[in-house]
Amino acid sequence: MSDPRQADTPLSLFWNEFKSSHLALGALIAVILIITLAVLAPWITPQDPYELSKLVLMDARRPPGFVGSGGFVHWLGTDAQGRDILSAILYGLRVSIQISLTAGFIAFSLGATLGAVAAYFGGRIETLIMRIIDLQLSFPAILLALVLAALLGQGKWPLITALVTAQYAYFARTTHGAAATERSKDYIEAALSTPLSAARVVFRHILPNCLPPLIVVATVQIANAIALEATLSFLGLGLPVTEPSLGMLIANGFQYMLSGRYWISIYPGIALIVLIVAINLVGDQVRDQLNPRLKR
Amino acid sequence: MLGFVIQRIIQAVVVMLVISVLVFVGVYAVGNPIDVLISPDATQLIREQTIRAYGLDQPLWKQYLDFLVRLLHGDFGRSFVYNMPVLELIFSRLPATIELTLTAVLGATILGVPLGIYAGYRPDRLLAKLIMGLSIFGFSVPTFWIGLVLIFTFAVTLGWFPAGNRGPTASLWGVEWSFLTGEGLAYLFLPALNLSLFKFAMMVRLARAGTRETMLTDTVKFARASGESEFTILTRHVLRLISIPIVTVFGLELGSTLAFAVVTETIFSWPGVGKLIIDSIATLDRPVMVAYLMLVAFLFIMINLTVDIVYVFLDPRLRHRRS
Repeated sequence: MSDPRQADTPLSLFWNEFKSSHLALGALIAVILIITLAVLAPWITPQDPYELSKLVLMDARRPPGFVGSGGFVHWLGTDAQGRDILSAILYGLRVSIQISLTAGFIAFSLGATLGAVAAYFGGRIETLIMRIIDLQLSFPAILLALVLAALLGQGKWPLITALVTAQYAYFARTTHGAAATERSKDYIEAALSTPLSAARVVFRHILPNCLPPLIVVATVQIANAIALEATLSFLGLGLPVTEPSLGMLIANGFQYMLSGRYWISIYPGIALIVLIVAINLVGDQVRDQLNPRLKR
Repeated sequence: MLGFVIQRIIQAVVVMLVISVLVFVGVYAVGNPIDVLISPDATQLIREQTIRAYGLDQPLWKQYLDFLVRLLHGDFGRSFVYNMPVLELIFSRLPATIELTLTAVLGATILGVPLGIYAGYRPDRLLAKLIMGLSIFGFSVPTFWIGLVLIFTFAVTLGWFPAGNRGPTASLWGVEWSFLTGEGLAYLFLPALNLSLFKFAMMVRLARAGTRETMLTDTVKFARASGESEFTILTRHVLRLISIPIVTVFGLELGSTLAFAVVTETIFSWPGVGKLIIDSIATLDRPVMVAYLMLVAFLFIMINLTVDIVYVFLDPRLRHRRS
């Protein structure tokens, strides 16, 4: 976008409209801030929560503000193993973001390809692909993920597989809708009359024009993936205990909550929610801006 | 018309068969139930007897065929853990789940639709923004975390409601229900609230989006021009126009709430089928897992079939395209 008249490009117009919503802008800043903190976690946290030898049991289950044997303040308290909650949250965010982004990326690629291929070829292939996808969409994603996570066992890749299976269908359906419209337009007819390969037409001509609705779906699905991952981990079907994501942290604190030690569960939960709500707010604004029916 | 209905029913049967294979193979590929069933110090004889009693010595395809035949006779086998017929086990847990689900979805609809219409009617008012904020919150925040906060706030800190379990029930038509006793209602309240927040958010968004779009149409312009009050327009025209997607979603959501009930029931130790399936996954109780998945699949296929057929009856355009 190196247009000298920048104020006129669609992207800058879009950005200006986005900026005018303070809520969405604040949410975007929050998302960027959280991701930055999570990426920098190993350098900014006072403690490595996975280094079991560094954990002191004497510091376990202390309330926020406690100064532990490590000589630093546990701003958000400690958990049952004497882990600093703040450090655990930042590391947990890392795991959650990493897993949901990976799953989101794979689901996006797989779903967009399937949807575009269905729209491009039409006929039997389209019917088959879309039938399977409609069928899958009629089942709740959480149930699919639950069953798969239970079948595949604990670990990073089983979890990602479960998330991808639960989510790719949304991308496929959206792409198919947009691609079917593009397919019937003249520029695709023109591209088809040239000796371009099918793959080139699908990936270079059809797919880029389906991107706007896909971006909206992607935002929502990343947020959903984070929530789903946390839910599965909370139910004990997600990651192993050695690599606690946010859901696992919350689950670990659940039993202590009943005795009033709220901080072990509540603070990781707040981090999770701020992230998810912020992503959804950004997605909402983008959707409203892209919806032509609200622009009469 | 009839051809289309028959075609859809055949499709549904095929899908059901495919799912039964997937579920069976998937579930029987996990772990080894012998380890769960038989204590490590059992004699060789007991081991073999148990394996034979549960048909675990047969090849997988034979086990599947036996399973299918038994399925058609309504026999889902016996639970490894509870040692009782699976169907009986599931049906004994079902009323608790149905009660929870219905309370949640009804509550969400009755509250969510009017609030959503208001938010769509006056999108710039502070109250509308508050409603939307609440709905975004309910939509984004994972059910399990809301459950934890509810328990912490209303059960642990304030002590207004019990933190879990079902509490006392009363019998009606031979089934135990919580809502018939005052104390049972107190036990029902928090789990139902927890389960309904997501549905509430969805209803608000649906009603708001529908209202915003309907308010721009000619229908509303003409109604205004003919001097109808705004309240009449909202209740007589807008509500009627947006009710089609809302009714559809209501039906579909009733099914998916069953799935979400898994999470809520686990947190509140609510003795429904959701809790049962999580426990079964943990103990590798395969017959229960298979039966639960088959019943849920059956439920969803029936809902979709019904929705498809009802649509064809309601929408003449679909009817002509098919025939």
